[in-house]
Amino acid sequence: MSRFERVLAVLAGLSAVLAIVLPLGTKGDTTLPTGASLPALAYPAIVLVLLAVFRLKLPPAISGALAGLGGAVVLLQLDQFDLAGTGYWCLVVTGWLAAWLFVERLSAELARGEFRVPGIGVVVPIMFGLAVLVAWEAGTRGGNVPSVLLPSPSAIWGRIVSNFPMLVADFQQTFIKAVLSGYFIGNAVGLLVAIAIDRSPFLKRGLLPIGSFVSALPLVGIAPIMVMWFGFDWPSKAAVVVIMTFFPMLVNAVAGLNVTVAMERDLMRSYASSYGQTLIKLRLPAAAPYIFNALKINSTLALIGAIVAEFFGTPVVGMGFRISTAVGRMDIDLVWAEIAVSALVGSVFYGVVALIERGVTFWHPSIRGGETV
Amino acid sequence: MTVSRLRDSQVFAVLVLVIVLVAVWYLGSIGLNWAVVSDRLSRDDTAHSWWDILLTTWNYTRPILPAPHQVAVDLWNTTLTIDPSSKRSLLYHAWITLSSTLLGFVMGSVLGVILAVYIVLNRAASRTLMPWIIASQTVPILAVAPVVLVLTYNLLTGQNAIAQLLHLNSDAAQLISKATIATYLSFFPVVVGMVKGLRSPEVLQLDLMRTYNATTAQTLWQLRWPTAVPFLFASMKVAVAASLVGAIVAELPTGAVSGLGARLLIGSYNGQMIQIWSVLLLAAVLAGLLVLAVGVIERAVVSRMGARPT
Repeated sequence: MSRFERVLAVLAGLSAVLAIVLPLGTKGDTTLPTGASLPALAYPAIVLVLLAVFRLKLPPAISGALAGLGGAVVLLQLDQFDLAGTGYWCLVVTGWLAAWLFVERLSAELARGEFRVPGIGVVVPIMFGLAVLVAWEAGTRGGNVPSVLLPSPSAIWGRIVSNFPMLVADFQQTFIKAVLSGYFIGNAVGLLVAIAIDRSPFLKRGLLPIGSFVSALPLVGIAPIMVMWFGFDWPSKAAVVVIMTFFPMLVNAVAGLNVTVAMERDLMRSYASSYGQTLIKLRLPAAAPYIFNALKINSTLALIGAIVAEFFGTPVVGMGFRISTAVGRMDIDLVWAEIAVSALVGSVFYGVVALIERGVTFWHPSIRGGETV
Repeated sequence: MTVSRLRDSQVFAVLVLVIVLVAVWYLGSIGLNWAVVSDRLSRDDTAHSWWDILLTTWNYTRPILPAPHQVAVDLWNTTLTIDPSSKRSLLYHAWITLSSTLLGFVMGSVLGVILAVYIVLNRAASRTLMPWIIASQTVPILAVAPVVLVLTYNLLTGQNAIAQLLHLNSDAAQLISKATIATYLSFFPVVVGMVKGLRSPEVLQLDLMRTYNATTAQTLWQLRWPTAVPFLFASMKVAVAASLVGAIVAELPTGAVSGLGARLLIGSYNGQMIQIWSVLLLAAVLAGLLVLAVGVIERAVVSRMGARPT
């Protein structure tokens, strides 16, 4: 057990003691002591007992159980009071430290190669995500943060459920129509242009610096121009997406088409393969990691482009439109619901592209080694 | 320089292509403006030759696609002939955007370096944070921008402890809230690049540090950090461009009245194509200058560290 883990365990014990001693919160005019609610008293007690029994060296499974229990207690106690007191915040801190300890212990064991359960590596980031969600819920509801400032996750979820048809309509307008069509056209054209200019060294020399310069530009700025040219509906958004995705694909694909070494190309020539055969059987597969790199970069750029283009004018549907009007009406719950949807869509889109990449470029060292990113 | 060397040089190729692009732009502005202009001219009683129409497409006041020289003239007029402190000067707006870009870039780079050091030193942090840092960039932050702006602005000016502690006026609060967006976009390349850079020392070198009985901090400052400096500058070049995008977009949804993003929005509401294009061109110049500036600092730092100038 490292010194850092011991510090975490001691801190968890200290905050557990404070959670028992300090008041839980206030309801009306009365101050509630921690003893007023059994779970709020029991949880820190259990933490203290277990820390004593294991002499701070909590095994990963036990600290994981403590973290889960802590999250449940923290959420359940929210109904007990109107405004949280210091004891409640100590409870939150205890649960957070238990989760932190769990993550530290588990990663140490994973590094030593003791656990060989498939998928166990995912537990660590998920634990962090859950801890953030619980702390967010506790902080906003316990601290009575006005929902205009920051709504609680449960309020956002409630908004997603109650406005589901509207969110689906926005998703169709922005993602299915604008993002997907723009993404396919932009990437296809970028790839085709890359293949075309690849035959001319002159064009390659000239276009590559221009391409890399343009991909560093704030291209979202063309959104108002596209809205004026192509109208308010989704084609103007798709046009923005096409332009934003074109340059990263061009630059990456040209770089990828050049990775084959002379020996490999000579081999193809000794087989008397034509330009097309060399392209399809050697150079495009070799360029695949670069092409997928561009596809992954573009998956986020595409969503950003479509949403920003909607700030400049749109029919009364679409994710960007909903966000900008809801911010204007201070309907922050709805904005966060829309953000949650867009975050989910963005992550799934990226994940799908990354999964296809694993399937297509299975031979690449970065995939064989089991490392992603 | 012989003719063949000139033909094979990169500068020549770029120059030729830029000239071709400008020519295509001129042709495009004929094509796109033709219908509007000929319609406008046909309302006069006098007859117009096609040559008149062609010349008018290049000098029309409300074009669909302005010709390059119109944009250049507008850019010249709004930057160099007006006092830079006037609100009609584009330089004034560029400065507003540049200040939040730079603040966001500095905050993003510092945050990125801190996160990278923490991730490299702590194994659990690498497992916990790295997936979420990557996931954070798949979230379209520009969709989140309006909320982040409202949130930071209220935090800095509203009735709470932080606001009373800082006593910021609304200009400073707006600057910081815009810089927050720029930070969010610019920290990511720095984290990814620096994690790679701080991990780039070879096992042999790390072992040598261990035989010297070096502490973690000594290994960090004397081995890992110098090895990571080239990675830092490479990722800062990406980060500064991303920061500019963030600052411009942060000005779009808030009804800001100054800054390049606000000029874009106002231009789009008024149908002022020439204004939009000159803002875009200025933003492009700004992006180029920022990347160039990072490159200059890089060369100075790397040569002081004793690297061979390339």
